[in-house]
Amino acid sequence: MDLRELYQDVILDHNRNPQNFGKPDASNRQADGHNPLCGDKITVYLTVEGDRVVDLHFDGVGCAISTASASLMTESLKGRSIGQIEELFEVFHQLVMGNADVMFDGPDLGKLVAFQGVSEYPMRVKCATLCWHTLNAAIESKQDTVTTE
Amino acid sequence: MTIAQSAPAPLDVDAIRQEFPILHQDVRGKPLVYLDNAATTQKPLAVIDRLTEYYTTINANVHRGVHTLSQKATDAFESAREAVRSYLNAADDREVIFVRGTSEAINLVAHGYGRSRLEPGDEIIISAMEHHSNIVPWQMVCEETGAKLRVIPMTDSGELLLEEYARLLTPRTRLVSVVYVSNSLGTVNPVREITAMAHQAGALVMLDGAQAVQHLPVDVQELGCDFFAFSGHKLYGPTGIGVLWGRQEALEEMAPYQGGGEMIRTVTFEKTTYNDLPHRFEAGTPDIAGVVALEAALEWVSAVGLDRIAAHEADLVEYATTSLSFNRRVQLIGEAKERSSVVSFVMEAAHPHDIGTILDSEGIAVRTGHHCTQPVMDRLGIAATARASFAVYNTRDEVDALVSGVNKVAEVLG
Repeated sequence: MDLRELYQDVILDHNRNPQNFGKPDASNRQADGHNPLCGDKITVYLTVEGDRVVDLHFDGVGCAISTASASLMTESLKGRSIGQIEELFEVFHQLVMGNADVMFDGPDLGKLVAFQGVSEYPMRVKCATLCWHTLNAAIESKQDTVTTE
Repeated sequence: MTIAQSAPAPLDVDAIRQEFPILHQDVRGKPLVYLDNAATTQKPLAVIDRLTEYYTTINANVHRGVHTLSQKATDAFESAREAVRSYLNAADDREVIFVRGTSEAINLVAHGYGRSRLEPGDEIIISAMEHHSNIVPWQMVCEETGAKLRVIPMTDSGELLLEEYARLLTPRTRLVSVVYVSNSLGTVNPVREITAMAHQAGALVMLDGAQAVQHLPVDVQELGCDFFAFSGHKLYGPTGIGVLWGRQEALEEMAPYQGGGEMIRTVTFEKTTYNDLPHRFEAGTPDIAGVVALEAALEWVSAVGLDRIAAHEADLVEYATTSLSFNRRVQLIGEAKERSSVVSFVMEAAHPHDIGTILDSEGIAVRTGHHCTQPVMDRLGIAATARASFAVYNTRDEVDALVSGVNKVAEVLG
């Protein structure tokens, strides 16, 4: 498999210029995530109104896959309901695990489809999903550090 | 007649590579370049064949039966013990205990010595560059006994601060356990000096030799330490087998580690008496095949010659260090004056895991992460490194492949 299928342009762009990066002035839920295997650390900040996540930000350090995944995640989920987010995470998870056929009957992943190549690199799946697990913890307001190990 | 002192004859690396079947394959469409030798080395045919030979001709349990195969298996097993004794120049083969690897050897000493001898207020000294396996067993035993763990600090370039170590040594120091060669930085520590200083303070010394025995000649009597541990699989031998060497008096002072068969002399429900060295520390049926094949590995390394291996690896480290430093995005981690065959580095704007994946796409295997030395990473303020580590079969061409792979990282990530 060609490396460019993993490092697609949209992933490289978001790695170089991550969106919604940095601690926001205001947020009402947050959680920390940590992948001790590679040292990736992330904090996800949410503004939740009712059952809707109206704003998302993140900061931390990570590899290109992990940074781009967090950037695209925050960009894709703004304004969505918690139910929609749960559905999308499920589909995203299946995508990076290599079960691509679910894409056709789940919600539209949009730009997140760029992470399909991760499924060819099982060791990197956790890089792509750390931000999502951390997001889940933030939604549930678990204040403990989330880990993907 | 006088024999002229001269540099060792260079290795015929092409011929050596022919002895390692695994090297002759493509990975992701490119010839495999295996540079993860500090994690585990590949195995020569001599070792693979010995394993097969053991299972196809003499497999039986050791030290038990009176039948012929059992005798042959026992002879092969004990012959390997003698081979290890000779490799380490130990005084007596009863000082050689077979374990699963370096981690188990350290756990054995932490448990056997620590639990029976340590009291609240006693101190154990380790160093800032220890592998987790030379940190956690001591933390566990300190927690149980009330002893305290002290840590020798290191410089930015990865050298231990001996004057700080001297200050840590007190009458409360019971044991000093340090790594001979660092797995994440390549530093070769001044273990003779460290040992002498500890003994002066009345403390025992354990050396973690996991990254030493495959690169440097080790003479435990000359080093002067009390315990020395290594793993077979980093020395061209099989996984799952390792060695704890201990000075006889030091071993005899230790409580048994695991209970079971082999380690006992008599058992009744009221009382058990323990076997003599080395068997009292070898409960259960050991990894007989692993032990037998470890002897093949030691024979193989000795036949090639550690001095020639060391000279070859030093050339590769020197060549890799120089070649990589032409890439201005590369920063080398660990620049101690005395180093062994490890080149650790980070890159501007490229996480080590991305480096690892991109190198893998070129068929190059390196290790990325914290290398089980998280305190080293914290000390240097980095999350992880990429690490190339060399063995006898690596070549300058492979270093060139590594360097172009590293250049490609910048290309891919932009």
